[in-house]
Amino acid sequence: MTIDDGRSRSKVLAAQALLGAAVLVLWQALVSLHVLDPFFVSRPSDIAARIVRWIVTGSLWGHLAVTLEGSLIGLLAGAALGIGLGFALARAPFLARVFDPYIKMLNAVPRVVLAPLFLLWFGLGIWSKVALAVTLVFFVMFFNTYQGVRDADRVLIDNVRMLGATERQLIRHVLVPSALTWIFSSLQTSLGFAMVGAVVGEYLGATRGLGYVISQAEGTFDTTGVFAGMTVLAAVVVIVSAAVTRLERWLLRWKL
Amino acid sequence: MLELDRVSRDFTTPDGRTYRALDGISLAVEAGAFVAIVGPSGCGKSTLLNIAAGLLSPTSGAVRVQGTPLAGINRHATYMFQQDALLPWKTARDNVALGLTLAGAARADAHARADDWLARVGLAAFAAHYPSQLSGGMRKRAIMAQNWMLDRPIVLMDEPFSALDVHTRQQMESELLALWEGDGQRSDARDQRKTVLFVTHDLEEAIALADDVVVLSAGPSAHIVGRHAVALGRPRDLLELRTQPAFVELYRAIWAVLRDEVMKSQRAAGGVR
Repeated sequence: MTIDDGRSRSKVLAAQALLGAAVLVLWQALVSLHVLDPFFVSRPSDIAARIVRWIVTGSLWGHLAVTLEGSLIGLLAGAALGIGLGFALARAPFLARVFDPYIKMLNAVPRVVLAPLFLLWFGLGIWSKVALAVTLVFFVMFFNTYQGVRDADRVLIDNVRMLGATERQLIRHVLVPSALTWIFSSLQTSLGFAMVGAVVGEYLGATRGLGYVISQAEGTFDTTGVFAGMTVLAAVVVIVSAAVTRLERWLLRWKL
Repeated sequence: MLELDRVSRDFTTPDGRTYRALDGISLAVEAGAFVAIVGPSGCGKSTLLNIAAGLLSPTSGAVRVQGTPLAGINRHATYMFQQDALLPWKTARDNVALGLTLAGAARADAHARADDWLARVGLAAFAAHYPSQLSGGMRKRAIMAQNWMLDRPIVLMDEPFSALDVHTRQQMESELLALWEGDGQRSDARDQRKTVLFVTHDLEEAIALADDVVVLSAGPSAHIVGRHAVALGRPRDLLELRTQPAFVELYRAIWAVLRDEVMKSQRAAGGVR
């Protein structure tokens, strides 16, 4: 906002770039000096070359598209279920108490153990990955929506009721917007989880996708391939989450 | 117009006991009257107003609006809360228009009416601002416009200006009176004015604004300990009023009653050991 802020932000950016570059140079140097064995840790130049080759030959896009598709469908389905149930239970305290132990129990199940089951149920294709992503996204969305609705300001609710709002109008004008803050702050986490779900699913059994690429590379002790896959994955998450941040800023523009 | 008939209200405390906030409150407010309720903090003033608004139901007793027993939200009343009640995610215009929007008015109509009212309260230039971009006084003006635009016969106000600084507060009081007295001037009849029930802990504010000042006792089991007519002419000039002998005399008389209750509530709160 102030000039000082702007200056310190560019300083931070410069320092971040420097730190990243330093790590890469050190890594490269240690391998070149035979301190580290490239068989175990590969080297930055090889990883970059591999990614460039993927891009040039076009082999990357198909896998990336499969992973993104699985993540996106998982994110949307998980969000729809989580937000829907979160709203419903926040408005029905009795049901919320009935469901409470079961939801906590289900949430405590480690998702990785579900992956083989989902592969069995939904096959090697995209739907087993979607299912895994949903089990991760759902709970984050559910808990945040529930909290967001329960946290809505009493005075705002009373005021809107006095102005003549019906239950539906109350939800639309007060509860949904006030839950949005929570839902959007959890969207970042959910997005990460959705990709984790898709990639882990692909890793454990698939014929395409970034998780599949990484698992194949591991199967042949190709560390360069593993690191290249991880780098692409990380870059995609950073780009998508920057987009979500901008969307969030626009949707919550009334907050200063 | 608005009548509370032996209204009592109990609450259950976290440890399961019953706490009686209000005890046998009987209060009649004639149409077009401005009645202020004063009392020590924590005496149940807001509870009383919530009951009149229909947001709370009395444990025993009844509320009548224009002779009809109140069930559910009081559709004849607007309610101005102590805290900010503008929706932070709506612009000033959308907030002011909200009452009409909820009633199903067309967007263009609601916005046109809202713009009229924003101009009336001096916020024409701020229609597209969000509440976080407005000052405290501006937010109160916007809320006042939101309420007054609905043109309901009863206006409930719960310490609406207590969070403002002294000068802004006096200005808002003047604007409130201008708005209220203005309603009556249109046809020169008092019953054209809105019926106002105004809760405050500030006796000066109560006398300056109201036709009648009702003193509530310290809680628990708060009850009415006195009702004083304010025989000051209208329209009132709030800047001059507070130094007039009649005002000072009234203040002294009512404070003599209120002071005891304030001291009781302070003792109950453990202020004096």
